[in-house]
Amino acid sequence: MASNDTIKKTLMVTVGLSLVCSVLVSSAAVFLKPTQDENKVLDVQKNILAISGLVKDPKALSRSEITAKFKEVTPRLVNVETGRFDTSGTDPVTYNQRNAAKDPATSVKLPSSEDQALIKRQAKLAKVYEVRKGDQLETLILPIHGYGLWSTLYGYMALDADLKTVVGFGFYEHAETPGLGGEVDNAKWKASWKGKEIYDANGKLDINVIKGSVNLSSPRAIHEIDGLSGATLTARGVDNLVKFWLSNNGFGPFLANLKKGDA
Amino acid sequence: MSVINTKEVLLTPIFNNNPIALQILGICSALAVTTGMQTSLVMTLAVIFVTAFANLFVSVIRNHIPGSIRIIVQMTIIASLVILVDQFLKAYAFDTSKQLSVFVGLIITNCIVMGRAEAFAMKNPPMASFIDGIGNGLGYGLILLVVAFFRELLGAGKLFGVVILPTVNNGGWYNPNGLMLLAPSAFFLIGLFIWALRTWKSDQVETEEHKMAPHTIASEAH
Repeated sequence: MASNDTIKKTLMVTVGLSLVCSVLVSSAAVFLKPTQDENKVLDVQKNILAISGLVKDPKALSRSEITAKFKEVTPRLVNVETGRFDTSGTDPVTYNQRNAAKDPATSVKLPSSEDQALIKRQAKLAKVYEVRKGDQLETLILPIHGYGLWSTLYGYMALDADLKTVVGFGFYEHAETPGLGGEVDNAKWKASWKGKEIYDANGKLDINVIKGSVNLSSPRAIHEIDGLSGATLTARGVDNLVKFWLSNNGFGPFLANLKKGDA
Repeated sequence: MSVINTKEVLLTPIFNNNPIALQILGICSALAVTTGMQTSLVMTLAVIFVTAFANLFVSVIRNHIPGSIRIIVQMTIIASLVILVDQFLKAYAFDTSKQLSVFVGLIITNCIVMGRAEAFAMKNPPMASFIDGIGNGLGYGLILLVVAFFRELLGAGKLFGVVILPTVNNGGWYNPNGLMLLAPSAFFLIGLFIWALRTWKSDQVETEEHKMAPHTIASEAH
């Protein structure tokens, strides 16, 4: 089979193979893209529904049920710097905060002294979700993310209408060690965030993921969440990212304005 | 290999010539994805698919592959198949593909796939190569599932995500072994598996390459 090694044959095989393979790969990518995108959107919706407390077990719902239920949730854009709802007319439904955070035009670079959550760049506009009953805000869902041990954790924190009581908390994407840091997905741990208050009596930010277990009889218990055993760094990452997103660099100004009815 | 026996080609890689236990290929992904039964099962199916079809296609065109670029040709076929699998998983098994994340893509670098393409498919007809791919995929999957069984059971008290041993964290009695969830535990388990396998099939024991020389210093050091 020496004839296989001529330049002509080599080129023919290369070009032929490349053509066949590229057509296969690109057609798979093109045809499956809509389903994949739908999956991603659905996954985020499921998480928002679960964290907001609208749905107990989103896994049990079909696609159409999730889409229908999600109509109760309205996305809105918040200008992180001014702490007010965005007025530039960007469409909240199609806005992608994660893409925006990568683009220098739509994000700001955080100086390392302020970058508590280790996210490097922060999108100027954040996509929050509101659940309203009539005119009244019922639940506010804030997007949060930050670095854990191996990976950036992306999730949501849902606040009650009083804007200080947590009603839900969870991450929809992370790559922490399964069973250790991955315990951020533990339903029991996530549920332990429920009812915690993010501000102390003086209105100062006070929410902490502590090491070990919370002493439930202590008056501080309402501001503390159990650490994750065997996952000190992930728990510290969660603590940092929650503090960052509720601080003045995150949603602090927005929450204050919203409370005054001036957002 | 003059006469190819289909059954033999399919079954030999499972115990007699296991890609992980004897050929020591594909260890890396065996460490990474075996924290749970479900991810391991999906990974196994993905690898079986890729090895089988990579072998098939390489074998179909084996008489036309120029020797100078044969590795590249094999790689292109393997990579295309892996991308297909990855795309399909993302579309139809979204949750699992989220857990497997980068490891599906890394099947490309799984030595078993390329090893079989080069060692078997380049020299054998398509059908036999296809079967050989399935066999090696099964051999790989067997270890993956055995390792994942112990890691998930001892590390998280679950199998396929179903609670078997209720853990202390969830109000049960079982205190999970955290080491089982980390990659090194897979090394121990694979080691134990190889030990068990070689005790059963002692012809797999390699002859020692070095003999320990006896201690020769007669007097004590000064």
